[in-house]
Amino acid sequence: MSVVKRVNRAIGLVPPLAIYVLAVLPPVWFLWQAQTGRLGVEPIKALEHELGELALQVLIATLAVRPVNKWTGINFLKLRRAFGVVTFFYVFLHLLVWLVLDVQFLDQIWADIVKRPYITVGMGAFALMIPLALTSNNLSLRKLGPVRWRRLHRLMYPVVLLGAIHFVMLSKGFQLEPYVYLGVILALLATRIRWAGWRAVWARPAS
Amino acid sequence: MAGRYKSDLNWSDVTPKDVWLNRRKLMAGAGAMALGSIAGPAAAGLNARKTAYGEGLELNTWDEITSYNNFYEFGTDKGDPERYAGELTTDPWNIEIGGLVDRPGSYGLEDILKDVTLEERIYRLRCVERWAMVVPWVGFELADLLDRVGVQPSAKYVAFETALRPEEMRGVRFPVIEWPYKEGLRLDEAMHPLTILATGLYDEPMPNQNGAPIRVVVPWKYGYKSIKSIVKITLVEEQPPTAWNEYSAHEYGFYSNVNPERDHPRWSQKYERRVGGGLFARQTPTAKFNGYGDEVAHLYAGMDLIVNH
Repeated sequence: MSVVKRVNRAIGLVPPLAIYVLAVLPPVWFLWQAQTGRLGVEPIKALEHELGELALQVLIATLAVRPVNKWTGINFLKLRRAFGVVTFFYVFLHLLVWLVLDVQFLDQIWADIVKRPYITVGMGAFALMIPLALTSNNLSLRKLGPVRWRRLHRLMYPVVLLGAIHFVMLSKGFQLEPYVYLGVILALLATRIRWAGWRAVWARPAS
Repeated sequence: MAGRYKSDLNWSDVTPKDVWLNRRKLMAGAGAMALGSIAGPAAAGLNARKTAYGEGLELNTWDEITSYNNFYEFGTDKGDPERYAGELTTDPWNIEIGGLVDRPGSYGLEDILKDVTLEERIYRLRCVERWAMVVPWVGFELADLLDRVGVQPSAKYVAFETALRPEEMRGVRFPVIEWPYKEGLRLDEAMHPLTILATGLYDEPMPNQNGAPIRVVVPWKYGYKSIKSIVKITLVEEQPPTAWNEYSAHEYGFYSNVNPERDHPRWSQKYERRVGGGLFARQTPTAKFNGYGDEVAHLYAGMDLIVNH
């Protein structure tokens, strides 16, 4: 049996529920680190940053499922929805830390969303993820039908782009790391473009 | 000598030295202080003259002040300076003083320090990123040095430059900003008694991550104006280029006075948060001129501080 087959069999043994359970561990780990001084003397910013970066990483993993399958045959498709939901969970926690621990004041929160482009971009990404999170279940898939469901879930592409731009925009000075994320994300998005008939991607009829 | 700032504030509220020193001893025992970039607690203190600055201010701890730093020459992470600044050689150290001065030249640090009386100055430090600390600096008034080298009447500004040593500063291998780091002050700001050249904190020699061996501290401006590890001081007639202002002028002005009324384009400056308050630290309102308005507001009389931010 080939390596790919063996890997795919192993993936097949992992229930999505396991992903959800495992996904709770990193935030708990960060919170414990923050509480015990292991994230440094300014744990709020550190926690916010760790959660945001984690969200971007899982987002990239979600986006990579398709090209990985195409090029290596390794198939994570069964777990992709779980990756997506976990991304939303991390983005939500990131937002929560920003709201409750960091900014704290309601008037400041609203002012920031309206006036600060990087926050507007981040909030935009979060807002676009809400319908995706709400429809990440079999019932919604049945109700919407696979074509409409898939088209709705193409919102993932602007989400991931906004996420990367958010990171680039909030950095002070010219820093490498956010551009690495942006580069990886752009490369993954490029794999989605059907160079032969890309016009058809968005214009395809619903039925 | 520069005009001494007088106040009736009291030294008695400060965390006693043995309290934090004791903590450092414990850490040293655990091997945490083995880096050598920081003088151990056994080293002789600087015996800086106590002053009455900073009554009622609660000091940040040595660990907070030396583990959370913006010193991009060593990396952009707040912990990078503590990790990597030890690679910087700070002895011997010379400062090239030039421009519109009577006695230009390369001054050795010992030479600069032999004529000055070191004082302890407890100042608030407010970063443009919205975090704040209270630091017991040790230093002397910048005006003392400027008087010694003789500022010519045509000089209007003071320009500073940080050391640039790629082999000792791993952060400069990437162009986060244009190296070397440059800062500047208007001459009256530089001559102000609150403006000091600091060579230590907590009565210990300056840790490398905090700008050893000698740095500016201008407490009413955002932290990046307080340039670290200075190798060059030039008196000039025109407003000199400064690092962050060159990078993004609408975000980082030349003056950069702490001002809750003037937001950074990417975040509000109305509030700040003291470092060390843990996960549930509250934000507190930012004070104009970082609370030093009584001493410095007159320097900007008639100026629009939103335009001249």
